[in-house]
Amino acid sequence: MEIERGHSLWSDAWHRLQRNRLALAGGMLLVVLLLACAAGPLFSQSYEEQNLDLGAAPPSASHWLGTDTLGRDLFARTLYGGRISITVGLVATFVALVIGVTYGAVAGFAGGKIDALMMRVVDILYALPFAIFVILLMVFFGRNIFLLFFAIGAVEWLTMARIVRGQVLSIKRMEFIEAARALGLGRRRIIFRHVIPNVLGPVIVYTTLTIPSVMLLEAFLSFLGLGVQAPMSSWGVLIKDGSEKMEEFWWLLVFPGTLFSLTLFSLNFLGDGLRDALDVRASKD
Amino acid sequence: MLRFVVQRLLQTIPVIWVIITATFFMIRFVPGGPFTAEKAVTPEIMRNLEAHYGLNRPLYRQYLDYTWSLLRGDLGPSFKYPTRSVNEIIADKLPVSAELGILSLAVALGLGLPLGVLAAVRRNTWIDYACSSVAMIGICVPTFVLGPLLILVFAIHFGSFNASGWYGPIDRVLPSLTLGYVYAAYVARLTRGGMLEVLSQDYIRTARAKGASEVRVVLKHALRGGLSPVVSFLGPAIAGIVTGSFVIETIYQIPGIGREFINSATNRDYTLVLGTVILYAGFIIAMNLLVDIALVWLNPKLKFE
Repeated sequence: MEIERGHSLWSDAWHRLQRNRLALAGGMLLVVLLLACAAGPLFSQSYEEQNLDLGAAPPSASHWLGTDTLGRDLFARTLYGGRISITVGLVATFVALVIGVTYGAVAGFAGGKIDALMMRVVDILYALPFAIFVILLMVFFGRNIFLLFFAIGAVEWLTMARIVRGQVLSIKRMEFIEAARALGLGRRRIIFRHVIPNVLGPVIVYTTLTIPSVMLLEAFLSFLGLGVQAPMSSWGVLIKDGSEKMEEFWWLLVFPGTLFSLTLFSLNFLGDGLRDALDVRASKD
Repeated sequence: MLRFVVQRLLQTIPVIWVIITATFFMIRFVPGGPFTAEKAVTPEIMRNLEAHYGLNRPLYRQYLDYTWSLLRGDLGPSFKYPTRSVNEIIADKLPVSAELGILSLAVALGLGLPLGVLAAVRRNTWIDYACSSVAMIGICVPTFVLGPLLILVFAIHFGSFNASGWYGPIDRVLPSLTLGYVYAAYVARLTRGGMLEVLSQDYIRTARAKGASEVRVVLKHALRGGLSPVVSFLGPAIAGIVTGSFVIETIYQIPGIGREFINSATNRDYTLVLGTVILYAGFIIAMNLLVDIALVWLNPKLKFE
């Protein structure tokens, strides 16, 4: 008789993820995009070198994606813009993650009246037009990239708080926690060995899905002229510039727009794949 | 039911008050005022201007005056359009944005619901995959990419639409499609998920067993239960359509309240910013309340808490 080896949650999830070709393709495309944006500007042409004689030129062998009206290489600018967009996506998501996980964990562990009050606050905040306040903040206090991180992070933590709190609440009541306690395991060991691994799945999934919505919000602000400031540039800024000049120079809109959409596609497919692989279901309580 | 509604209405009062107060003081503490951008005026004129609008009085007095006039429904005079009141500007621009919003919501539901139901009923066939792909495109191509692309193709290349403006019915097509498509995508996904869950339940099998036609089973029995996720999404969707209108009105140069809001913030038009924020916040909170009521109506198992 063969002895069956146990499967851990993570190896199971990895196998399921590998079968999901869309998610896998999304993940690989993401790696390529990340590498290109991180390393690309080191090798490509300068993103800020102007060539006014050239002006806006269509894609060619020397400028793969063409140039903008100041004769700057669009390929280099798009990669460089990607750096900023992805950085904002990661940092602001991290801010949201820290706030959301802390808030949700405290509410879940506290339980009772404190939990009810904390979640009522989240419900009320959910109903508020936060994007409007982010816009006001950016208009009034200038287009500061650190403010951007914080403002976006402060908007996007609500769902994360709900998810973590729900997980903590349900895990707290599970029999295996009681069993662990009955076996005499220490509080620390229970938290690190049993609670955190079970909360981690949903957190990973929703982090993956928060990144695209954060990047969307950043691009949205940039499109309104409220995002990062020149000479910095992000995909949102490039799309805004492109949309203003698309009548004559279509490539200025089409390439940054495509790259941005591709990134969102990859992140969403990867996030959905992870959700299926880790078998996470959205629950509100 | 009535108690629930009244209770929730009472809860919104402090929320709205906090929003008004926070916005009022936030605007006042930022650098720049409504008259700093204008051509250099002599200090004397500046003083007169400020006296005229009561800006020379202590801040708490201004705040009290503002809330008092607010209680009477008066949003005050605009600083940038000296002859007009904020009430007039809103009355002027709001219908345009409201029309855009309603049409976009119609696109979201009119496109999203059928796609979602179709995908769920024909699960794992090519129809399902096609519907899901259409939805994924909507989620991943943002409005500010889709909008200019639609203009590029349909207005500039084919010339079937105007690239901008808000005159005839034809000018409504591209903006409401652009704004509604994203939400149609989410609605389709949520409908599909909700329908799949409901279609596997016992009461659907009962309905089939008693000989109800498939169309009747889907539309009469399943849809009501399957709609819950969509209805709970309507709150965020309406909020999203409101903020999305800022971008859409910029892209298509529509004279709505969204563009006015962005301009007023840039111009430090204190009263106009406050007026629009109060309008938006009140509207979104009211819509969320309606959504909560609708959810209970759809699923009587939910108890009013």
